[in-house]
Amino acid sequence: MLVPKLILLDEELVKQIITEGIALLENPGIRIHNREALELLAESDAKVDFDNQIACIPEATTRKALETAPHEFFLYDLMGNPAVHYCGDKIHFDPGSGGLTILDSKTERPRVPITQDFVKYVKLVETLPQIDAQSTVFVCSDVVPEIGDLYRLYLALNYMNKPIITGAFRKDTWWTMKEMLSVIAGGDEELAKKPTAVFDVCPSPPLLWSDTTCQNLIDCAHYLIPAQLISMPLAGATAPVTLAGAVVQHTAESLSGVVIHQIAKPSAPIVWGGSPAIFDMREGSTPMGAVESWMISCAYVQVGKALGLPTHAYTGMSDAKIVDAQCGLESMGGNFVSALSGANMISGCGMMDLESCLSYEKLVIDAEMIGMVKRFIKGISVRDNPIALDLLRKSGHIGNFLTLSHTRKWFKEEQYLPSDVIDRASFEGWKGKGEKSAFERARDRVDKLIPTYRPNHLTDSQRQELRAVTTSIAKKFGMEHLPELPQGE
Amino acid sequence: MTTQVFQEMAQSIIDGDSEISAKLAQQAVVQGIDPLEALSQGFVVGVNQVGEAFAKGDAFLPELVMAGEAMKAAVAVLEPELARRGTERKVLGKVILCTVEGDIHEIGKTLVGTMLSSAGFKVFDLGVDVPVMKVVEKAREVGADIVAMSALLTTTMVHQKDVIEALEDIGIRSKIKVLVGGAPVTKEWVKQIGADGYSEDAIGAINVARQVLGL
Repeated sequence: MLVPKLILLDEELVKQIITEGIALLENPGIRIHNREALELLAESDAKVDFDNQIACIPEATTRKALETAPHEFFLYDLMGNPAVHYCGDKIHFDPGSGGLTILDSKTERPRVPITQDFVKYVKLVETLPQIDAQSTVFVCSDVVPEIGDLYRLYLALNYMNKPIITGAFRKDTWWTMKEMLSVIAGGDEELAKKPTAVFDVCPSPPLLWSDTTCQNLIDCAHYLIPAQLISMPLAGATAPVTLAGAVVQHTAESLSGVVIHQIAKPSAPIVWGGSPAIFDMREGSTPMGAVESWMISCAYVQVGKALGLPTHAYTGMSDAKIVDAQCGLESMGGNFVSALSGANMISGCGMMDLESCLSYEKLVIDAEMIGMVKRFIKGISVRDNPIALDLLRKSGHIGNFLTLSHTRKWFKEEQYLPSDVIDRASFEGWKGKGEKSAFERARDRVDKLIPTYRPNHLTDSQRQELRAVTTSIAKKFGMEHLPELPQGE
Repeated sequence: MTTQVFQEMAQSIIDGDSEISAKLAQQAVVQGIDPLEALSQGFVVGVNQVGEAFAKGDAFLPELVMAGEAMKAAVAVLEPELARRGTERKVLGKVILCTVEGDIHEIGKTLVGTMLSSAGFKVFDLGVDVPVMKVVEKAREVGADIVAMSALLTTTMVHQKDVIEALEDIGIRSKIKVLVGGAPVTKEWVKQIGADGYSEDAIGAINVARQVLGL
């Protein structure tokens, strides 16, 4: 059976991109504002200029890192079951991250989110079977900004069971986040054996690592917590305007991440991911819903596969400000091409407005999209052999397939059965249900799903420990009391 | 013991398994279980459960139809026993069902038949491409309460009107409610031809049939 697959680059071009990426690490090298990384590289034959913080990495060092990097790994849910398999062309989906606002369900305009908004989001993701992992989707405004990153994880861990894609904004908060995960896993070793979280780490384009993200990358390696490289060339602004050029830059930045990571801890799990975009030449914005942004993603996923690494793409998003036609078309396109490229984790569902706003309604609509995309990727299966000779000869010219046990047996495998967010009624049927738009149906669905949420299985002492860890760092930043957790933890 | 048998009956309908539902009906006859009770406390419970699940969106057409088929299989076994005991299954009404002359589309029509018979109507399904006079004669013969007609094409839809006129001609229109269905049928069309009701879908047909009979 053929699995549908999108190939954007021919083999020669992939090779050339990799060759150029490797060559860029040799000259001009990679700039790294992190002492530990520079020292690690210096010990591994890189020519390091400590004053200018530039490491020129020889090809052999890069090749060696690629040899030790694992081809696959699992993420586990909080019950300890394997839930996500970063491997081959397996696809999974998680919501976008880095959000600052939430689309208010009544006014359909963005507003600043607080604790209860985040908890509602986590619960909603748990109820959507199409979505494989959680993500720390937006920061809450009711805590001090210094703990913005870890507070998201604190909230998520209290309500989630699915694994989570997260990230730290500071060097010290990474440790608190690791501590939280360790509390749940039952220790650092258990966490390393069965990781429940992936940390996104972002180089800064072009060819630069900040002190913070680079340290996060190294710390993840030491604790065998998977790190996901999020290189984000902005084609036409911080990267070459040519798509192929942007992919070369992505390759160089990502390779440097793999090298630093694998020197720190050979065989630690790492993902070839990204969040590239073209630079919009009218607005000066970073459109994630642009077809060219998807193309850069598909291309780098292909490069990552050629290097034998697990992959990630950031494409299920829209730049639309409300949940409208643009919102749908951009999300569907991005989800489809990444899935067809075989990206192991596809991030972005629920996210809109240039990667800044989360909408519950978009999230449930996107879940339907993902259901459809996953169905497509499963391809067309042969269930019977001969395929239909017996069936059609038996039924002859009478079309009563609906009454056949064959239909009952296969319809749920053959068809993706959408929720009522997707309208397929007759016109009168649609009218009878209140003439609702997709947004209105999605809003109804959110209200229906939230009460079906089931709490996770954390013990009271684990919850208390999580709260103690979080409270102690909040106090350091002048916040004496954390907001109360909503019911249903 | 009996409770368990009733549960199995209901389950056979939920599973849409005609073989098992017929077998359970046969066993009920042998064991002397009142066939009316077998229906009301056993099989019908299953039908209702599937119907409710469908209405909520948790069950789908194949499950609904298979449940209807399993119900039919059970009823077919129980009916002779009902007759032998001199009792009758209480039917909500007798329905003549067909796709009109010149039209061979039957999915919707057959679905409506399954729904109505599961709900407790006695359905005489005359099939597709049924001539006008055959419909009205059958209606007179069985003393039908409802004539239900399907048409998929605007060109064949006009025969729904012909049937109504024929019912008038032989003088039984006032005793019979006429329901129409099919993609081109609208409220306006119902009014225009003087029919009594229509439904957008097969499940809705049950309510419309109940309504026109004042049930």
